[in-house]
Amino acid sequence: MLLIEILPNKCDFCGCCVGVCPEDAIELKEAEIKIDETLCTNCSKCVWACPIEVLKFNKEKLGNRKII
Amino acid sequence: MKNEYDVIVVGGGPAGSMAARFAAEQGASVLMMEKDRDIGYPVRCGEAVSKAGIEEFIEPNEVFISTIIDKFGMISPDGTEVVIPLEQIGYILERRVFDYELAKQAASYGAEIVTRAYVNGLIIENGKVCGVKYEYKGEQLELRAKVVIAADGVESRIGRWAGIKTHIDFRDMESCTQVTAANIDVDPNTLLFYFGKDVAPEGYFWIFPKRNKSANIGLGVSGAIGKKKSSQAYLNKFMDEHYPNAPVLTRIAGGVPSSITLEKISAPGIILVGDAARQVNPLSGGGIVSGMIGGKIGGTIVGEAIKQNNLNHILTYDKAWASRLGKRHEIFNRIKNGIYNFSDEQFNSIAHAVSKVPMEKRSLGNLFKTALLNKPSLLLDIAKVFLIK
Ligand SMILES: Cc1cc2nc3c(=O)[nH]c(=O)nc-3n(C[C@H](O)[C@H](O)[C@H](O)COP(=O)(O)OP(=O)(O)OC[C@H]3O[C@@H](n4cnc5c(N)ncnc54)[C@H](O)[C@@H]3O)c2cc1C
Ligand code: SF4
Ligand code: SF4
Repeated sequence: MLLIEILPNKCDFCGCCVGVCPEDAIELKEAEIKIDETLCTNCSKCVWACPIEVLKFNKEKLGNRKII
Repeated sequence: MKNEYDVIVVGGGPAGSMAARFAAEQGASVLMMEKDRDIGYPVRCGEAVSKAGIEEFIEPNEVFISTIIDKFGMISPDGTEVVIPLEQIGYILERRVFDYELAKQAASYGAEIVTRAYVNGLIIENGKVCGVKYEYKGEQLELRAKVVIAADGVESRIGRWAGIKTHIDFRDMESCTQVTAANIDVDPNTLLFYFGKDVAPEGYFWIFPKRNKSANIGLGVSGAIGKKKSSQAYLNKFMDEHYPNAPVLTRIAGGVPSSITLEKISAPGIILVGDAARQVNPLSGGGIVSGMIGGKIGGTIVGEAIKQNNLNHILTYDKAWASRLGKRHEIFNRIKNGIYNFSDEQFNSIAHAVSKVPMEKRSLGNLFKTALLNKPSLLLDIAKVFLIK
């Protein structure tokens, strides 16, 4: 399950997240960003690299499930 | 557009334009594909270069030069400011115009250019890259080429599709935010750097003056810092404290891959240049000139390979880059890691020592010695490296 959330209308399309993503899970066009949930491992590296707090690791989405 | 090219360059930044130019100069048919609507826009850059660095490629011209730089200023954490004259001058560019000029230069050597062409895959046959898949005007298309040059910047993915490991450690990504603001009253010829854990931990904060009292003001923080506090939060704090009423003309985010060059920058049918190859000077974060150098070396080798009908020749690119700059970047990267460990007290004591030297005796050389005395580190190369070809 994808736990990385892209906050709407905030992205500047700068590419920091793509540059650090080990799974090549992020697709970035001129003004469009998407995370491929079949590739993403929720490692959060993109969250730490984003200069303007667009990406968020969404714990709530987990509910009371655990990541194994 | 033709049905097939000798060379397709992906990305229309400085590295891409120079790769296109130098490949075309060898007689290859070249197409440069850019995903954005414009070459050179948006500008995600502090725009500082050395005169010597760009002169290898283009005659300095006031259409793309905003200001001339002849001094380096350092502000230590306790607010001590020391200014040092530079032996060699530099420029703050108007990259919007500069990148355009470079693309026009590529075109003048015969390269074709298409914008709004988003490359989203590679054609790979028998383990060799044979062209690109791309989106253009809502259509998914393919175009064949003997060699693909990936000049797709910090967000590079092209190399990965050819099996090259291109992502970098998040700690090596300098995540930047910058504003270009008006009414900034700083010396128009001084590059200003702020150091210290409050303004820019594990990095530096810059004010680069531009024409008519505007300036590029920004910082980069490593992903290790970004984990706790974002680049944007540091910039906002600085602006609130120093320039709360400055009109902001542009606000951008951007990434500088501050690492050594990738282990491998060529594979059958493909090479990587510029930020895509991680050819940025890891100490200064300067990637304009080093990207152009990577583009020149890569474009020339690819052009020769086409001319000689010997595609294996492109695999000599890794070595050629390593001997011109790659090896040097390894040293710079070690220096960078040393500087990251400087304490605020060390920055202060360097600034105090230099402030006692009379102005006419100050040079980067003796600033450098002071830094060395303080700690065997090479702090002031931050300034010097902007002046290296
Ligand atoms: C905030 C900041 C400040 C900086 N300050 C300085 C400085 O003062 N001095 C300095 O020398 N350097 C500086 N740099 C670094 C410098 O901007 C880069 O190193 C330089 O732009 C790299 O050039 P390039 O051609 O490799 O990549 P870019 O200039 O990034 O060009 C890559 C191009 O490829 C395009 N592209 C990407 N993917 C695709 C695709 N799939 N299909 C088609 N096109 C694609 C992009 O749209 C882009 O136009 C700074 C960087 C940042 C972020
Ligand atoms: S969480 Fe990790 S794998 Fe997922 S998009 Fe971000 S960097 Fe890539
Ligand atoms: S790092 Fe942040 S601002 Fe930059 S492209 Fe990724 S999500 Fe957008």
